[in-house]
Amino acid sequence: MQASDRFNINSQLEHLQAKYVGTGHADLNRFEWAVNIQRDSYASYVGHYPMLAFFALAENESIGRERYNFMQVPFGTAFPNEEFFV
Amino acid sequence: MYLYNLTLKPSTAISFAISGNFINTNTEQILLANNKLLQLIQLDDTANGSKFQTLISVDVFGTIRSLSKLSLHGNDKDYIVLSSDSGCISVLEYDSKKNVFHVLFNETFGKSGCRRMIPGQFLAVDPKGRAVMIGACEKQKFVYVFDRRNGKELKINSPLEAHKSHTFVYDIKGVDVGWENPIFAAIELDYSEADVGNGAQKFLTFYELDLSLNHVSRKWSEPIDNGTNMLVTVPGGVDGPGGVLVCAENYVIFKNTGHLDIRAVIPRRSDLPAEHGVLIVSATTYRKKYFLLFLLQSEYGDLFMCTLVYGKENVTELKIKYFDTLPVTSAMCILKANFLFAASEFGNHGLYEIRAIGYAADVESSSATLIEMEEGFQPVFFQPRRLQNLARIDQVESLMPVMDMKVANLFKEETPQIFVLCGRGPRSSLRILRPGLAVSERAVSQLPGIPSGVWTLKKNRKDKFDAYIVVSFANATLLLSIGETVEEISDSGFLDTVPSLCVSLLGEDSLAQIHPNGIRHIREDRRINEWNSKRTIEKVASNGYQVVIALAGGELVYFEMDMTGLLIEVERHGMLGNVACLDIAPVPEGRQRSCFLAVGSHDNTIRIFSLDPDDCMKILSVQSVSSPPESLLLLDVHASVGGEDGVYLPAGVFLNVGLQSGVLYRTVVDMVTGQLSDTRSRLLGLRAPKLFCALVRGRRALLCLSSKPWLGYIHGGNFLLTPLSYETLEFAASFSSGQCAEGVVAVTGDALRIFTIEQLGETFNETMIPLRYTPRKLVHHPNGKQLIVIESEQGAFSAEERKAARKDCLKAVGMEVNGNHNAQKVENSNDDEEICGSLSDEQYGYPKAESQNWVSCIRVIEPRTETTTCLLELQDNEAAFSVCTVNFNNKEYGMLLAVGTVKGLKFWPKRSHAAGFIHIYRFIDDGKGLQLLHKTQVEGTPLALCQFQGHLLAGIGPVLRLYDLGKRKLLRKCENKLFPHTIVSVHTCRDRIYVGDIQESFHFCKYRRDENQIYNFADDSLPRWLTASYRIDFDTMAGADKFGNIYFTRIPQHISDRIEEDPTGGKIKWEEGKLNGAPNKVEEIVQFHVGDTITCLEKTSLILGGHDCIVYGTVMGCIGALQALTFREDIEFFSRLEMNMRQEHPPLCGRDHLAYRSAYFPVKNVIDGDLCEQFSTLSPVVQKKIADVLDRRTPQEILKKLEDVRNKII
Repeated sequence: MQASDRFNINSQLEHLQAKYVGTGHADLNRFEWAVNIQRDSYASYVGHYPMLAFFALAENESIGRERYNFMQVPFGTAFPNEEFFV
Repeated sequence: MYLYNLTLKPSTAISFAISGNFINTNTEQILLANNKLLQLIQLDDTANGSKFQTLISVDVFGTIRSLSKLSLHGNDKDYIVLSSDSGCISVLEYDSKKNVFHVLFNETFGKSGCRRMIPGQFLAVDPKGRAVMIGACEKQKFVYVFDRRNGKELKINSPLEAHKSHTFVYDIKGVDVGWENPIFAAIELDYSEADVGNGAQKFLTFYELDLSLNHVSRKWSEPIDNGTNMLVTVPGGVDGPGGVLVCAENYVIFKNTGHLDIRAVIPRRSDLPAEHGVLIVSATTYRKKYFLLFLLQSEYGDLFMCTLVYGKENVTELKIKYFDTLPVTSAMCILKANFLFAASEFGNHGLYEIRAIGYAADVESSSATLIEMEEGFQPVFFQPRRLQNLARIDQVESLMPVMDMKVANLFKEETPQIFVLCGRGPRSSLRILRPGLAVSERAVSQLPGIPSGVWTLKKNRKDKFDAYIVVSFANATLLLSIGETVEEISDSGFLDTVPSLCVSLLGEDSLAQIHPNGIRHIREDRRINEWNSKRTIEKVASNGYQVVIALAGGELVYFEMDMTGLLIEVERHGMLGNVACLDIAPVPEGRQRSCFLAVGSHDNTIRIFSLDPDDCMKILSVQSVSSPPESLLLLDVHASVGGEDGVYLPAGVFLNVGLQSGVLYRTVVDMVTGQLSDTRSRLLGLRAPKLFCALVRGRRALLCLSSKPWLGYIHGGNFLLTPLSYETLEFAASFSSGQCAEGVVAVTGDALRIFTIEQLGETFNETMIPLRYTPRKLVHHPNGKQLIVIESEQGAFSAEERKAARKDCLKAVGMEVNGNHNAQKVENSNDDEEICGSLSDEQYGYPKAESQNWVSCIRVIEPRTETTTCLLELQDNEAAFSVCTVNFNNKEYGMLLAVGTVKGLKFWPKRSHAAGFIHIYRFIDDGKGLQLLHKTQVEGTPLALCQFQGHLLAGIGPVLRLYDLGKRKLLRKCENKLFPHTIVSVHTCRDRIYVGDIQESFHFCKYRRDENQIYNFADDSLPRWLTASYRIDFDTMAGADKFGNIYFTRIPQHISDRIEEDPTGGKIKWEEGKLNGAPNKVEEIVQFHVGDTITCLEKTSLILGGHDCIVYGTVMGCIGALQALTFREDIEFFSRLEMNMRQEHPPLCGRDHLAYRSAYFPVKNVIDGDLCEQFSTLSPVVQKKIADVLDRRTPQEILKKLEDVRNKII
């Protein structure tokens, strides 16, 4: 690898994508995109207490349970399989 | 349009609570945080038991994500570590002298916001206070190391990274390792391998901070249960075995490096369906010298006592024992004085006394008796019982969550009441909020006649408590002594056959009775001096050293006490006409006399006279008022810095004038020249206010008796004028005795009343009516008597099923379910009621049913009598979600009630239901009862109902449909199926229909009667997840979304005109709509981030003769208002004040205020009154600085402006 390669646009992008998880790229498929959106959303729900309370009210669960459920979601169970999105 | 946002009732919900010594080691405080408020409270012992006192409450204008305390070894007080959405870690210190939170550090580490990669979600502190780990939900973790320069000043070092990519984090806690290198434990999940489906495994990872190398390394990692959600630090070093308790679904596991897992199951309620797991949601550690235990609370509210059996090396056993059941908490803390503070997730918080620590026999699971079976470990069951170890001693009110709200004057009072639906499940309630302070009545006694005045007297000026109450009648004066009982005294030296105009203490210990014919001066040794007047005395004023009387015809006579304690006539002054009222300012501290006398005349003027011996009775200033004055009060404000209110207050004298028109004037009196300036006025009621002085927190406060009593006092640096929730009073005086330190004695009719004013600083006082299930919507019957509430609850059994289950349970109790304790209880009380009562649903929650089970009811309440006149429980898994009253064109039944219900609603895995219905009820017994007319099946969930031109409009999923009343069913008249997702709100005005979609904001529609068509002519360009909506005017809608924004949208005037003028109503254009959108777009005119999900909006006026404002209620139980600013001058002033406040007083945790208020959309046309009101908490130097920038105003003028705008709202 030449020294100049370090500064070309592709390697810079790669660096950014590694640093900021969730940054898109040209070959992103629907599944990856949706998973990212989902992870962003659930992290935001968990971070905002009123929103967590709002969901807890809707589902009649305790806030603690709701937080747990939301943190469980991003790795899998309640999500349609990959073929659905490709 | 410019709006001014003001929080009327701050949220009292709690998301974090920590006990600690934030002042010094001798006292203990609780630090509370909810979303955006940071509060410090302290438990005070009062005569009526322990009560919470709020020391400070600060809005941080940011989202508090996590909170912890930092206890440094050898430091006498704890620091506060706080992570928020500011991208900073904040370290705060509480300064008890100035009563402020002092920022030590705001260390920036990343972007702002609550994002998945920004640390702040988790905050773990090393138990010795050497380091803090701050982590995000994913990947990022930083460790900050603290050290102390010269052993004193705290220093924070640059962060050390402990990132691990492709990892989710579930919890982080510090591990207690004594003085070895700090260790942090984290629950992690590596998803790089497991992105596609299963195979994911959670790990418990220990991170070690090497203090000598200044480096963080992963020390140890071991797989754990995938249901793990929480860690609890186990004290280590000399206090315990160290390590962590890992709380997983159904299990608690003790883990430590190089230690075997010690696992125990969490006992289950015997009635819990198998599909539900048991999750620990909050935990606290209880450590005394001889024992160590953990209180863990499950998501159903059951508290478990968790103990460890350990030797020198190892933990041998983990025991989990049922302790008690409390409403589910978000945080618990144990105080040193054996109290447990339980901060509820929803509803009121409780303070409990710990009476025992579970020595009695009870259901217990232990690691030693764990039995492994094929499908996991064998569960242990228990039955909840009444409180055995805890006893509730106090509670803190919380409105969280506000589900719906209506402002109406159903009680026909001067100001409207706010009816709020709040709470959840069995703890839900309808609360009636009235603006004003709650009053607690201490005594009422009948008097022999109708009194014309009341005073209280001390025996000596230095006494703490009052000794006598003097009551004057039309022809008599009665003296009552205050002691154990109140008794009449006859040998007091008072002239008891004449009425009194004024009774007061004169000098140190002599008394003066001023009656229409003269002054009777009773010396301490019972010598009596009389001064008789030829003319009738009409008005009197006295301040204890000086007396001024006004004679009929308008002559003022001024008396002063001389050195020997004699009352000497000093000066006479003729007035042009009769005097309407007069008052002397209190003697300033260290002075001999007060220099000001205020006199009000019938010619609508107030004059200030000098009482200085050099220019006695010289007019210093004149003020004209709008109507004849009725009563005057000169009130002094003592200078203070810090103290209880924690604010700087300059000394000052205020002249308060009650006018016959019911208006109160408040004017500043210059303490040197007597000039009047800076007048504020406020309409108090329909009667002329009579002004008296009361004591509030040791300060003189203003008591105004108009058609309602009002209290004017200083709270948090602001002067607040608040109504008291009490009946009309005629005459009042401050009252102080051993039983009630700061009370008021007052007369109404022929009754003498003694009361105290509680909960100063509150804007509302509330009455509560309990409800059965989570309330959803509220409407009021147009006759103004009844309210109709719909309630529905998911995953619960119906009332009959619960009753049956309870009977079974009672039988089971006889058979010793929980050990031998209950058997005794049953023997003692064969009464079923008692046991049923002890297991109140409010405390224990409803038994859990399958999640697709719904129960629901429709309730008619008469708020005046607080009774439910009709309660219809829906059958067959139906749940009510919408309600409205409707008048159909067919007038056969008059006003009807429409209720939208859904049967078998499920949210997971996809939202589905069996059927939707619209029920039509008719009112019977003058609105007290309901009778079902018929029930129409519809294809979706009717989430919005509204009356429209003699028809019923229903939003059913994406369909808006118009129904007419038929004999056996509703009849479809017209529909529009083109709405994007789900209709959640429908409002109407003339032929316009305003439809709110769950995700897509508002759609403005028009109904054309001739073509019988509903079409959409304008919509919003932004996606908005609507949670509340209200129609402001013909072209404007107010809405709120679930992210905590409030916004107004308006159709541009020219489009609105064109739609109205166009004979086709813009229909041709609509037909060529593009991309499924409407041809016109609405404009956003107001946008503001409240920071809390708003659930209800209403445009209304909360005060007598006030302008309309938008009142909102939020999930966290806060009530706020937006008031339109009408004058350009005001807008400019407040925008500049807000701008300066942002600069001079940035929010506590480092969030940029402008960025916070623009968190989702840029803030538009709203001024944050909450920030502006913090002006009064600034130091005088900064106040002066800001005031100078604002057109060279004075800080007082700014405070006055703030007070004015607040008074316009509430």
